[in-house]
Amino acid sequence: MYDLLIIGAGPAGMAAASTAAQHGLTVAVLDEQPAPGGQIYRGITETGPRRAVILGTDYLEGAALAEGLAASRADVIQGAAVWDICTGIPFTVTYSCNGAPAHLNARALILATGALERPVPIPGWTLPGVMTAGAGQILLKASGVLPENAVLAGSGPLLYLLAVQMARAGMPPLALVETQSRADLLRALPKLPRALRGWRTLLKGMGLLAELRRHGIRRYQGAKDLAVEGRDQAEALSFSVGGTRHRIVAGTILLHQGVVPNTQITRALRLDHLWHAGQRAFLPQTDDWGETSQPFLFVAGDGAGISGAKAAASAGRLVVLQAAHRLGRIDSLLLEEESTTDFRALSAERSVRPFLEAAYPVPASILKPADTTIVCRCEEVTAGQIRGWARAGAMGPNQLKAFGRPGMGPCQGRYCGLTTTELLAEVHGTTPATVGLARLRAPLKPVTLGELAALHPKDD
Amino acid sequence: MKPVFRNLDDGPQVLIRFDGQEISLPEGANLAAALLAAGISRFRGTMVSGASRGPFCMMGACYDCLVELDGVTRQACQMRVEAGMDLRSGGADV
Ligand SMILES: Cc1cc2nc3c(=O)[nH]c(=O)nc-3n(C[C@H](O)[C@H](O)[C@H](O)COP(=O)(O)OP(=O)(O)OC[C@H]3O[C@@H](n4cnc5c(N)ncnc54)[C@H](O)[C@@H]3O)c2cc1C
Ligand code: FES
Repeated sequence: MYDLLIIGAGPAGMAAASTAAQHGLTVAVLDEQPAPGGQIYRGITETGPRRAVILGTDYLEGAALAEGLAASRADVIQGAAVWDICTGIPFTVTYSCNGAPAHLNARALILATGALERPVPIPGWTLPGVMTAGAGQILLKASGVLPENAVLAGSGPLLYLLAVQMARAGMPPLALVETQSRADLLRALPKLPRALRGWRTLLKGMGLLAELRRHGIRRYQGAKDLAVEGRDQAEALSFSVGGTRHRIVAGTILLHQGVVPNTQITRALRLDHLWHAGQRAFLPQTDDWGETSQPFLFVAGDGAGISGAKAAASAGRLVVLQAAHRLGRIDSLLLEEESTTDFRALSAERSVRPFLEAAYPVPASILKPADTTIVCRCEEVTAGQIRGWARAGAMGPNQLKAFGRPGMGPCQGRYCGLTTTELLAEVHGTTPATVGLARLRAPLKPVTLGELAALHPKDD
Repeated sequence: MKPVFRNLDDGPQVLIRFDGQEISLPEGANLAAALLAAGISRFRGTMVSGASRGPFCMMGACYDCLVELDGVTRQACQMRVEAGMDLRSGGADV
């Protein structure tokens, strides 16, 4: 039995694990990827000097966290996909590693499972050749593979970062097609003064924009009606700017509209969630320390609300301090002393978010796509079908199951859940908060019968 | 336009099969990334309509990169290249 189990080895999980070990807690970290790093620092322990130059100094900050993790006494189990959790004291976490299931027990549990790309349902987004911008980054970070002749489309700072990284690698994208407009920027300006507390982040963004210009990468802003064309493979991206239709021939189209918290586990555990209107996503409800409605269960990092990698590391340290305190390992004096810096850092990082959310809003046509657009990739359900079922009486996502199978494929609604909720809210003239998200059940990842059989009670 | 992915690194290559076709891929590389770099963009057809799909998220979340190895359907983006793998494009769901 461990004092603490951490799921996820991104900045939040890595920082949490080394802090826990420093305070003498016994700790194990489970992560489904082959190496620590999470999404932002993917492949950080395996990156050679050439790739380091392409990825930039921000990426290299992950090395310190990874070294901290390696130097700690935490047991790190990579390639471990968690698919079931039993709450209570102790918590029991079930995972599979190379097809072999196993479980671990702990007195406290930290979920540091990060974010997912927000779905970008536009015509043709299911075609081979269409990927998320995050996927483009993962290809580069973990494999050193990049697409030639790609178009980047959508909005948000991650698109600038990826474009710059591609240019540094000698394969700049053909164009950056952005959905936000000048009007959005003007609307965001009142939020700028508060955002100045996080001036480092803003400065970095401006640096990226300057580098984009230096590389001569073509930018379109205020793009509307994005559509991927192609029969069996993406062939072009078409879009309108100010009434003119454009078409860029490209075999790879990388889409992005920001990231949203990965709530698979917190929802399966039936924890309380809140609708965040700025992020247009659901977040698990926690106190200031990251403890959820379930005692001794904490959420840290982007999984608790999108605040970025620096904030994730701070939150990872803070939840561990509070967990150590709750387990009686550190007194309140030490708790306060050790947490001041990270609380301050967290609040500075978070102050930039309202500005970014306003400057890079998700277009209504992407939140609530046209009838013919596929919403649920797994079961090929369109927005029109969901609207139809809503009009036929489905009030919430769980009732849709009486009509069809949206959200019931292997991805378990990861890339359609939010869109489905927005569409139901639109038809019923209510808010996403009222509609809610679909209920989830373990296993959180498809497991084989063999894996389930191997966990038969008599083997326990 | 065919997508073209370029590999920035080079390392030892091994032979695998994808739907019977012999392909040389970097040993130990992420399987989905290596197949993309080898010019394969269609990884599977969907259950519902048979529509072509390829890797979308590269982080194990979308299940569009499914391939079949020894009769088991798995996510190519969560696998590494091993010599002699005999892969089939994933036809059905998991
Ligand atoms: C694809 C993608 C790329 C991104 N790239 C950048 C970037 O370059 N720069 C930037 O500033 N921000 C980026 N972000 C935003 C990113 O969310 C944060 O900056 C940062 O990575 C958040 O850290 P975290 O520790 O909260 O979570 P993450 O870094 O996302 O780490 C979560 C970890 O949990 C693991 N995990 C999740 N579910 C399970 C499970 N069921 N079982 C086992 N392990 C699990 C994952 O494998 C992952 O390693 C990206 C986001 C995504 C989705
Ligand atoms: S590409 Fe999404 S699961 Fe593999």
